[in-house]
Amino acid sequence: MAGRAATTSVLNNSKFRAILYQLIMASLLIYLGWSIAENTIANMEARDIRAGFGFLDETAGFSIMMSLVPYEPGDTYGRVFLVGLLNTLLVAGIGVVFATMVGFLVGIMRLSQNWVVSRLATIYVEIFRNVPLLLQILFWYTAVLKPLPGPRQVFERNTEIYFGISNRGITVPEFIFLENFSFTTWTALLGILFTIGIHRWAKQRQATTGEQFPVFFAGLGLTIGLPILVFLLSGAPVEFTPAKMGRFNLAGGITIIPEFLAVLLSLVLYTASFIAEIVRAGIQAVNYGQTEASRALGLRNGTTLKLVIIPQALRIIIPPMTSQYLNLTKNTSLAAAIAYPDLVATFAGTALNQNGQALETLAITMTVYLSLSLLTSALMNWFNSRVKLVER
Amino acid sequence: MKKLFLSCLSIALLGGIAIAGGHEKGTLSAVKSKGHIQCGVSQGLPGFSNPDDQGNWSGLDVDFCRAMSAAVFGDADKVKYTPLSARARFEALRSGEIDVLARNTTWTMQRDATLGLEFVGVNYYDGQGFMVRKTLGVNSAMELDGASACTNTGTTTELNLTDFFRANGMQFELVAFERADEVVAAYDAGRCDVYTTDRSGLAAQRTKLSNPNDHKVLPEIISKEPLGPVVRQDDPQWADLARWTLNAMINAEEMGIDSSNVDSKRSDSNPAVKRLMGTEGDLHEAIGVNNDWAYNIVKQVGNYGEVYERHVGANTPLQLGRGGTVNDLWTNGGLIYAPPVR
Repeated sequence: MAGRAATTSVLNNSKFRAILYQLIMASLLIYLGWSIAENTIANMEARDIRAGFGFLDETAGFSIMMSLVPYEPGDTYGRVFLVGLLNTLLVAGIGVVFATMVGFLVGIMRLSQNWVVSRLATIYVEIFRNVPLLLQILFWYTAVLKPLPGPRQVFERNTEIYFGISNRGITVPEFIFLENFSFTTWTALLGILFTIGIHRWAKQRQATTGEQFPVFFAGLGLTIGLPILVFLLSGAPVEFTPAKMGRFNLAGGITIIPEFLAVLLSLVLYTASFIAEIVRAGIQAVNYGQTEASRALGLRNGTTLKLVIIPQALRIIIPPMTSQYLNLTKNTSLAAAIAYPDLVATFAGTALNQNGQALETLAITMTVYLSLSLLTSALMNWFNSRVKLVER
Repeated sequence: MKKLFLSCLSIALLGGIAIAGGHEKGTLSAVKSKGHIQCGVSQGLPGFSNPDDQGNWSGLDVDFCRAMSAAVFGDADKVKYTPLSARARFEALRSGEIDVLARNTTWTMQRDATLGLEFVGVNYYDGQGFMVRKTLGVNSAMELDGASACTNTGTTTELNLTDFFRANGMQFELVAFERADEVVAAYDAGRCDVYTTDRSGLAAQRTKLSNPNDHKVLPEIISKEPLGPVVRQDDPQWADLARWTLNAMINAEEMGIDSSNVDSKRSDSNPAVKRLMGTEGDLHEAIGVNNDWAYNIVKQVGNYGEVYERHVGANTPLQLGRGGTVNDLWTNGGLIYAPPVR
């Protein structure tokens, strides 16, 4: 009797059973994953398909039209990965900044009392939000940038060009910072530190005495005005080397390729239309009573917006904004459609083709996008926790 | 509890399916049972594989697939086509999505040795060339320092171009697109000074430009591009069938057998012709087809020379005259040569 009671009690123990089923489930999943991996490797071996990540050290042998780090065709596939990654990050980084600026502007414009301004903003949002992004990229590239005249039609041979626009891109002079430029850099850094200090001091002073201090203008002077002054005083230590027209193209200078412009432009305009709606919704979600209360306290419109509305709107805006940043980063992969050498076009495209190792290359590429997204999420969550409503 | 058990079971089943989902052995039997050959072709390259306005494919590569269909089924029309980008082509073949890849693909050691693929021969000897606008006044590829070049991504073309400019110490900007159409459009719009690909491709794509006569092909040939059909390496019988389909077409031309006289050649007394026509010997069994396989190829598709003239020869828009070139028969001083059927 006692023995029987003991055996039934173990199987009938809900905790024991829960753990048992979890274990069975977990081991099945592990077995599944393991057998898929083993099966893949075995099949690849059976078909003489090379596997592994050794190809990253092999010579790539092809050229890439735009690179932020020095790249030669004799470099490795690993280097190609770096070049592609940086090109992706460049377009995503600049895109996020500009999309936020344009989005905030348009979002506030939509709330404007001025009929024309708010209608313009509405038209903008409806157009760019509702046309597929790939079409917009192709539009800017094929319909706007490619039909520009070629360099041979615009520039005289052997002339120096300080600013040139053609269907090969926008060209500006190359600039080299001379030794004295470090004064300007240090001044700017000190200016930023001082501004932070002044900001803290002004806040404290206002809390204790109620007196205000024009932090914004002081900061502007310290971070921008003073460095410019130092720059001029140290003899403007920058050397400009203009581009020169060769037989086919401008040689020298810095050329921003049309593919980059098309991708950046379409990503910014597309994402900004969503951000504008998020900003508008965030501001409208703040109860109008807050504005009225703020006015009753005698605050001006600008101050109301800055101290009352936006801090409360931000906690609504930040979470959906994170999604937009993630979307923008992932959407950069559409750049491959117009030959912009991003990670997908160079590494998961050309490199994959030349070495044929699809599994490894795509795994790396997917990991990169996953990490980028998780990183963005983490940063935005941190920021969100800082601006969210602190309940007392 | 029951739910949990069921979900465990379904996962185990799914796993089982994933593990069992390997390749069926024997492409030939698979092809016979599904009733057609799935042929990987380009996304539109006149002369090699190009659809007309009704979606019917034609070209040198297409005719290779049709010849295989004639050999297997006795009917050249049992082919279905899968248009593939340069990037997707090898994966499509390896995964079994297509049975044979006839997509103006260059035979290189890297592709042959590391991708699990088998090149069965060469159906066109090509080389990479350059096309430029006549107004540029360029007469040689050596004058292209500083130019922008448009080409396809994921091709040997990209590597050859880079090698050529590096070897000659010249600068260039490489603009690489995924689709051939995009390359042509970009070149036509003036995004690039140079369009570079295989010379047969230049001749073909030139017909798509808005003013074909404003452009010219430079004399330099900067690479060897032996184009040929590809199959998977794990099926030697299917590879043999593909290889001997091509060889049969070449041998037929060499023996003077074409689609108009093939019926009379069936009763020819020449033993070499008899072996090819299947009236003597039983070599056809080794590649798994009927003894009239070569007859069907020549009757329904034609010999190599007929196919060449029909799609890329001097009387086509491509105007790639054959006489005196490497693509002529070896008996005329060219490189088109097939091992004997015996």
